[in-house]
Amino acid sequence: MTVTAPPATRPAAGGPDLTRAALSGRRRFTNHLATAAIWAAVLLAVIPLALVTYTVISKGGGVMSLSFLTEDIPNSYRRVGGGMAPAIVGTLLITGAAALMAIPLGVFGAIYLNEYGKQRPLARVIRLMADVMTGVPSIVMGLFVYISWVLLVGQQTGFAGALALACLMLPVVIRSSEEMLRLVPEELRQASMALGARKWKTTLTVVLPAAISGITSGSLLAVARAAGETAPIIIVTGIVFSPNWNLFDGSNTALPAQIFRNASTSFPAAQDRAWGAALTLIVIVLGFTIIARFISSRFAIKER
Amino acid sequence: MASNDTDLTTRPSVTVHAPGSTASGVEPTGAPVMQLRDVSVYYGSYEAVRGTTMPIQQNQVTAMIGPSGCGKSTVLRALNRMNDPIPGARVSGDVLFHGQDLYARDVDPIQVRRRIGMVFQKPNPFPKSIYDNVAYGLRINGIKGRLDDHVEEALTKAALWDEVKDKVRKSALALSGGQQQRLCIARTIAVKPEVILMDEPCSALDPIATAKIEDLMFELTSDYTIVIVTHNMQQAARVSHYTAFFTAEVDDKQVRHGRLVEFSQTGKLFTNPTDKRTEDYITGRFG
Repeated sequence: MTVTAPPATRPAAGGPDLTRAALSGRRRFTNHLATAAIWAAVLLAVIPLALVTYTVISKGGGVMSLSFLTEDIPNSYRRVGGGMAPAIVGTLLITGAAALMAIPLGVFGAIYLNEYGKQRPLARVIRLMADVMTGVPSIVMGLFVYISWVLLVGQQTGFAGALALACLMLPVVIRSSEEMLRLVPEELRQASMALGARKWKTTLTVVLPAAISGITSGSLLAVARAAGETAPIIIVTGIVFSPNWNLFDGSNTALPAQIFRNASTSFPAAQDRAWGAALTLIVIVLGFTIIARFISSRFAIKER
Repeated sequence: MASNDTDLTTRPSVTVHAPGSTASGVEPTGAPVMQLRDVSVYYGSYEAVRGTTMPIQQNQVTAMIGPSGCGKSTVLRALNRMNDPIPGARVSGDVLFHGQDLYARDVDPIQVRRRIGMVFQKPNPFPKSIYDNVAYGLRINGIKGRLDDHVEEALTKAALWDEVKDKVRKSALALSGGQQQRLCIARTIAVKPEVILMDEPCSALDPIATAKIEDLMFELTSDYTIVIVTHNMQQAARVSHYTAFFTAEVDDKQVRHGRLVEFSQTGKLFTNPTDKRTEDYITGRFG
């Protein structure tokens, strides 16, 4: 025999009323207001993102083709066709070289700050300088590299661009990695220490793996930001119209610089190429993100 | 360092550790493997624990009990130099291990911790697999080959093997709290220390897990010397051969210091304490 209990929407006599209707009107109103505010904030954040993506894809998609990715940049803005191969090569090489310089240096710097320097005067000074460096405008960094490297070697090179981007990335990598290292529980360091591990061993085998996915995210933000830098590239790498695979000899170019040059002309063909370059840049940054996520998930600790 | 025949003990009251007397199941009068002589621990200028003198007997369980803030954990951590990284922490007096002062200038704290391991209050397995947790200490100590055997042996000794043998490659974080704590014990005994320090190892565990760890401690005394800090007097009475009762004293400048009040065999301390303060504490009149 099955017993069918009546739906318990009414409390037993004297019991507490747990239904939503028992809430005061004021609390219900506050609740709805907060929910609405959160949704409004989400929409506000998503609208520009969606608009940017839509505009870039619709305007850049038109010129996108294999030849756009592989052909040289036309010498004349007016000419229809051509591609962005030199800028793609330049962006990959320059950003890649910058990441190779800035990420290891930044992570080591963060390890020094969080594991060794702590609150020592030197560590405090480094932290302060990193914060100041974060605020240096990219064009100033471009000028710095121009006088300290370009004038020294006597030519604009892709490597000069990489140096400028690395200087921009470094403080971001240091500070974000330090924050991630600080989140690693002290108990893990103690456990390792109690087993007779030396400090560098603990750092390498316990602390770093525990923080690696956060460090990857932080480094990625830095790479993405650097890949979009325009001013220092224009100042220190110059311009080329066919791919230059050598970072150390001859001028180079990159996608943001090409977006700037082509978009600021009045020729429709050039403007189309600027949109195509923008789309390419977004896809490249997205590609970096996916690859880095994949790599960090290899290292990261599985919960189960 | 610390070969069994180094002997720096000079006081007649200290039982001299004879080489080769490492047989298990020694009587409660076994030789002390460690000896504290007038040990004070400072944090900066603050003297957290004042003048502690007590032996740690080989293959026995020594318990440290007392109210919160009496310095028992501080003393425990001084036994394998875990206070070293704390800025301003300093130890005076002698902490002798086989007669050798652990705070002598040329002593390497890494070597100390390889011989005197530690299990912490909160289970703190590495966020790695069960296997890697146990193998970690072996790897950093350069023990190569047949890691599998060592890992299985350590897990078996820690009474965890049967529960985890099918999932040693799974994350240690998926284990229950009691299993995690036994894993931490396995990780510690894998490197074969002589002494295992336990800092309230059961305070985060339920009674069943606690009982398992207590049984385990009893088993482990055949190979290891154990020092345990506990808030739980019943636990001290159940598991230990010797008990040290600490309390916090306020001196004439109104500064609190931890002090060792009484040290004796556990049975005596709980049934016939010499000091009034011990009696008050164990009978629940204070603390």
